[in-house]
Amino acid sequence: MQGSGIEVLFLGSNFARLLEGLWVTMRISILAVVMSVPLGILFGLFMTLQNPIAKAVSRVYLEFIRIMPQLVLLFIAYFGVTRAFGWNWDAEFSAVLVFTLWGTAEMGDLVRGALKSIPQHQYDSAQALGMSRMQTFGYIIIPQTLRRLLPPTINLTTRMIKTTSLVVLIGITEVLKVGKQIIDVNRFRYPTASLWVYGAVFILYFLACWPVSVLAKYLEKRWR
Amino acid sequence: MAQQNHNMLEVSGLKKRFGDDIVLDGVDLTVSRGEVVVILGSSGCGKSTLLRCINGLESVDEGSIRIDGEEVAVGSRSLTRLRQKIGMVFQSYDLFPHKNILDNITLAPVKVQKRSKQEARAQAEQLLRRVGLWEKRKAYPRELSGGQKQRVAIVRALCLNPEIMLFDEVTAALDPEMVREVLDVMLELAQGGMTMLIVTHEMQFARAVADRIVFLDEGKVLENLPAEEFFENPRTQRAKDFLQTFEFKKQ
Ligand SMILES: Nc1ncnc2c1ncn2[C@@H]1O[C@H](COP(=O)(O)OP(=O)(O)OP(=O)(O)O)[C@@H](O)[C@H]1O
Ligand SMILES: [Mg+2]
Repeated sequence: MQGSGIEVLFLGSNFARLLEGLWVTMRISILAVVMSVPLGILFGLFMTLQNPIAKAVSRVYLEFIRIMPQLVLLFIAYFGVTRAFGWNWDAEFSAVLVFTLWGTAEMGDLVRGALKSIPQHQYDSAQALGMSRMQTFGYIIIPQTLRRLLPPTINLTTRMIKTTSLVVLIGITEVLKVGKQIIDVNRFRYPTASLWVYGAVFILYFLACWPVSVLAKYLEKRWR
Repeated sequence: MAQQNHNMLEVSGLKKRFGDDIVLDGVDLTVSRGEVVVILGSSGCGKSTLLRCINGLESVDEGSIRIDGEEVAVGSRSLTRLRQKIGMVFQSYDLFPHKNILDNITLAPVKVQKRSKQEARAQAEQLLRRVGLWEKRKAYPRELSGGQKQRVAIVRALCLNPEIMLFDEVTAALDPEMVREVLDVMLELAQGGMTMLIVTHEMQFARAVADRIVFLDEGKVLENLPAEEFFENPRTQRAKDFLQTFEFKKQ
């Protein structure tokens, strides 16, 4: 007997499994974003240093991360490191590590760009008003930098959430993988299952990214 | 009081280089309390650099700068305290874009001078009313015209109760019809007894406001005369040529 595909979603614990898969994705990306933002801010500050060694180091790091496809980085971190050093990193740890390294590089470049876009006369007039360096950064430079950083940071966050689907290739069972399992098991009873399952995954991804952009809109308005 | 014996500003033997360029080459300049001094000179002669040195935005290579008898030293602890005696307004509109007008003005009085919010606001209100911008207190800088922004910038500097005001071509970036409203504010300040050091290219204004003119050329003070005398009877050929460029005659 062939049933309607939508039933598949609610068979047994299927929906709960999908949510669990989504949670794996979210857990990896949330951890990576939460670590990337502060590390990226530090990296961005590091990149603005006039020191030539600091410049060279950050340049190489940024280029390396950008040139390498994330998948290759994942393979290096998961399979490569195990082979080379015999460390047995768990797949999720490798994924968080790679996404944090990537996020830090991208975030750092965003921070550097935002800091450089604050005109010199903002520093000058703050200092002319008697503000210390700390006060100049705290009241004038950082608030303006954060406002400029908000849209690209949100963009980066959603990109990271979406890119986590790659972790399936190092054996992590995330939402897409769960979806595929469900489809495979029900291939014959529910031939249209794939449409419904992938549709559900699509909506779940949307629901995961949507609050982020709503928050961004809200903050943008409040900070105007 | 002992303080009263000092000139408000004393610059002596000031030298400043950018790389191999000598931008200020032994500048001597004093401004006494209540005096209004206008610095004139062609573009690139070092006027902005001089003002920036005076409130420690640039380090100096030789010579000394004293405000009310106290040395301006870049990087010293006393600098932020000394800067509160110096109000500075720049050519570029330099208001803080993320703060409204009132917050732009009260930020430094509250955070730097640790005055109470109410008291700072009260002074801001009084100053804003004087320049006719109290209605704009909740607006953001981008909602103001160039002339309004510069008047706010003046108020912001005044709200720290400085003892000397430095103005660097504050009307140079303005549309002609907005120049007047800003110069009027400065003129009123001068008449109120404020000590002022002004860089401007507005000759009529310079003549009206200045007690003394300092003519700067290639980093040197070529003339330092009472205003009337400078305009009527400049001593050097350079100054004559300079003044000539502002005259228009029918051929
Ligand atoms: N930060 C800097 N680095 C290098 N050179 C500089 C710097 N600031 C100014 N200069 C140079 O110093 C000289 C004097 O500049 P300054 O801005 O003081 O001139 P100015 O008299 O204010 O001119 P203007 O009327 O055009 O404003 C110029 O030749 C300028 O190129
Ligand atoms: Mg200048």
